[in-house]
Amino acid sequence: MSGRRLDAGGRIDRSRPIRFTFDGRGYDGFEGDTLASALLANGVDVVCRSPILGRPRGVVSAGVEEPSAFVEVAEPWFEPVVAAPMVNLIDGLVASGRPGVGRLPAQTHRTKPSVTRNRHVETLVIGSGGKGLEVARTAAARGERVLLVEREPYLAGSGLGRGPEGVEVLVDATALGVYDDGYVVVLHRGPEHDTVWHIRAARVVLATGAFERPIAFADNDRPGVMLNAAVGRYIRDFGVLPGARIVAFGANVTVLETHDLRRAGAEIVATADVREGWAVAGTEGETRVEAVHLVGPGGERRTVEADLVAVAGGWNPALQLYRAIGGGLRYDDDLATFVPDGSGPPWLEVVGAAAGDLPPSVAYWYTPAEDLSRHFVDLQRDQTVADVLAAVDGGLRSVEHVKRATYIGTAIDQGRTSGTMTAEIVNVALGWELGAQGPTNARPPFVPVSFAALAGLDRGPELLDPVRRSPMHAAHVERGAVFEDVGQWKRPRYFPHGDEDMQAAVARECLAVRDGAGVLDASTLGKIEVVGPDAPAFLDRMYTNRMSNLAVGSIRYGLMLGLDGMVFDDGVAMRLAEDRYLVTTTTGGAAAVLDRFEEWLQTEWPELRVYCTSVTEQWAVIAVGGPKARAVLADVGTDLDLLNDAFPFMTFRDGVVAGVAARVCRVSFTGELSYEIHVPSWDGPHVWEAVFAAGEMFGVEPYGTEAMHVLRAEKGFVIVGQDTDGTATPDDLGMGWIVNPSKGDFLGKRSLVRPDSVRSGRKQLVGIVPHDPDLLLPEGTQLIRSSTIGAPPVPMLGHVTSSYRSAALGWTFALAMVEGGRELRGRTIHAALAGGTAPVDVTDPVFYDAEGARRDG
Amino acid sequence: MLLIRCPWCGARDEIEFRYGGQAQVAYPADPEALSDEEWADYLFMRDNPKGPFRERWVHAAGCRRWFQALRDTSTHRLIATYPIGEEPISLARFRGTERA
Repeated sequence: MSGRRLDAGGRIDRSRPIRFTFDGRGYDGFEGDTLASALLANGVDVVCRSPILGRPRGVVSAGVEEPSAFVEVAEPWFEPVVAAPMVNLIDGLVASGRPGVGRLPAQTHRTKPSVTRNRHVETLVIGSGGKGLEVARTAAARGERVLLVEREPYLAGSGLGRGPEGVEVLVDATALGVYDDGYVVVLHRGPEHDTVWHIRAARVVLATGAFERPIAFADNDRPGVMLNAAVGRYIRDFGVLPGARIVAFGANVTVLETHDLRRAGAEIVATADVREGWAVAGTEGETRVEAVHLVGPGGERRTVEADLVAVAGGWNPALQLYRAIGGGLRYDDDLATFVPDGSGPPWLEVVGAAAGDLPPSVAYWYTPAEDLSRHFVDLQRDQTVADVLAAVDGGLRSVEHVKRATYIGTAIDQGRTSGTMTAEIVNVALGWELGAQGPTNARPPFVPVSFAALAGLDRGPELLDPVRRSPMHAAHVERGAVFEDVGQWKRPRYFPHGDEDMQAAVARECLAVRDGAGVLDASTLGKIEVVGPDAPAFLDRMYTNRMSNLAVGSIRYGLMLGLDGMVFDDGVAMRLAEDRYLVTTTTGGAAAVLDRFEEWLQTEWPELRVYCTSVTEQWAVIAVGGPKARAVLADVGTDLDLLNDAFPFMTFRDGVVAGVAARVCRVSFTGELSYEIHVPSWDGPHVWEAVFAAGEMFGVEPYGTEAMHVLRAEKGFVIVGQDTDGTATPDDLGMGWIVNPSKGDFLGKRSLVRPDSVRSGRKQLVGIVPHDPDLLLPEGTQLIRSSTIGAPPVPMLGHVTSSYRSAALGWTFALAMVEGGRELRGRTIHAALAGGTAPVDVTDPVFYDAEGARRDG
Repeated sequence: MLLIRCPWCGARDEIEFRYGGQAQVAYPADPEALSDEEWADYLFMRDNPKGPFRERWVHAAGCRRWFQALRDTSTHRLIATYPIGEEPISLARFRGTERA
């Protein structure tokens, strides 16, 4: 017969029926059931088919070690694959059998809501058996904060259903992993939502109990073969009888408590005690066990009609969490298994059954037979004793190798029932002693956990990573900007008119800057105030050029190098006062530059009196550039004298712009006359709109990062991180002029004369002009010497770092890093493209206004 | 996740910190006086012991102060943390006494 519900008994609440659906059919269960107990109660033998062989599989265990019965849960929340005993029955549950490999649906599915919480305690006890409760009680009596977590819905060692006085208890709470210094992550399954607890405990006590181990025999995967302790649990806790005619098959002294069975109307029809030489040889049946073949000490055979085989192969301490944090094992002869050897971190203890406090057993892993190809070791991976022996025959000796050859232990259950068995089969097959090598190491998480649960409420793009927006963001949205991510920043990439595409919009924006005036939101530039009497000396050590002799009111461009001499970041330094600078960094490099300043000040030069403060978000920066920029700014309204003599290039002036206090800088990243207006961030939107109001008659256009990239590349200005990749010296970039070797030491200086930094054949920045004026080379394109791509390895000259269509020039161009590039200027090389090669000329990297006539308007 | 005792803020989770490599590798007083080999040694070569190791950490998401730590690389145990410039612990005392 199949399983059935008993008239009485169990911890289920019979006054609260629950309706659920499995494989498209409706069933009834009770509050307190698991999906496994409810399916057994309804006589469902086959939960799923095995993943490789397609064999029918039923419930083997009553807990987290389940290697056989896997389901997909569709409602009320989606879970791709989960063991049936781990699913608490709730009203409206819809599930179906799922061989041990999950599948994600094509459509977005509903995940169970979850939150994360933190807790600090003196003692965390994992497991609520008698020993765990005792430890918790003692710790609480000392006045400690004590947390006890139990993965089952009720405390194992307490009939009261609650924990000791003063102990906080979480049930349905599974420790996913134990990490360094008492850090433990616990998944707490609730009816409405899950909670992921991040716990830091001064002491962690593992009272994780033990897993009963199976014994392999022919067709031991047939539904109706169950672990002995699970049979008892289904009767006692769920009022479910999994089978009425039982064969007890055991290798240790624990046997079914017969009074449970008598009361349930079941009987033990045969006992096969391996210590007396009896064993189960195999099973028969259609979809579940109907007959059991026994073999005796003299080889005699017997067959009994039975519907359940209760297997008691002994116990393996549950040491997965212990081992993953570095605990070691030793073999225990009496228990015929592995127990903790006392090593591991000092804050970790193992107690009770997990520490080896278990009844003695004998080493009996499978019933010997000629054919071992249906003696299943790992049900979820469909691997048998024959598969293990084949791996050993193939020359494998380590269980780690056998694991990877057979995949045993790699499924969801992580080999909780198969790991030690596999190790011992390998040990015996090799003629080694029992316990010569133990099971492979299971890694966290202890049970599957969804990414959604780990994420908790931190879902969606806003919470995945902080989103930073310029003070003028709303104005950009209103103007229809298309945004791109630059680090954490949202920056307008271009501002399309109507249904204009990016190419057309960028061409229009570039021409606006070259012919009239354009406006760029440059607020995202990193800005750091460097203050203190030693600030000038400090900056001299950080930049390749001298910053200490910069006049107050002036601006200087500078490069920072890594200690290896490679370009690290660039920006300008503005001297606000004798002891005060404002330095700018690339948008993406701001944090790294501040980190670097602080590191050197604290660790190498603590005697320097310098303070650094990030002011990136304190300032809105509006860059007005183009031949009409001066006229636009004058129209916006300012008290500053904008004429070149009064306000020359690379200086700044404090004044009033559009009625608010502003600092205006004469710097240019486009080559055009430019004014960068710095105002407090809350004044940014006002000034931004004032520029457009005044600029309307001059045809002022907003432009985005894409046009900015084209305009700067036309001038041959590099972007650190795009044209450089951490392997370029200033000289490689043609910027040797910015290195001042006479000023004393600066970071990276010594590396500039390392043999590798001065060798010939280094990659150098060059311009690239395709012969075909319409050919836009993809960034990253490899450049080669000949027009034919020979047999690999093809010698590479370099690669394209930036590539654009220039509206001002009327053709495409690129920047590239090319071996010995400066000597190749004027020569033709070739770009390797998907369909062949294309000839390109190597040029100087400055394409537009090489004499710099336009920056003063 | 390690529990790291910042000398200024106390014990905090590892995610608040950033690792800074081997401690007490001083920037040479006069880099230009070094041979290429000596400079390369400073630039690229660091110790990688099994056992106690002097390291630099920074409480990046906290007080942003750099400090030193003595950590056992085989157990991850942080034996001690202390401010830059201090050396209260004799490394030799710990060599060979830590559990592997």
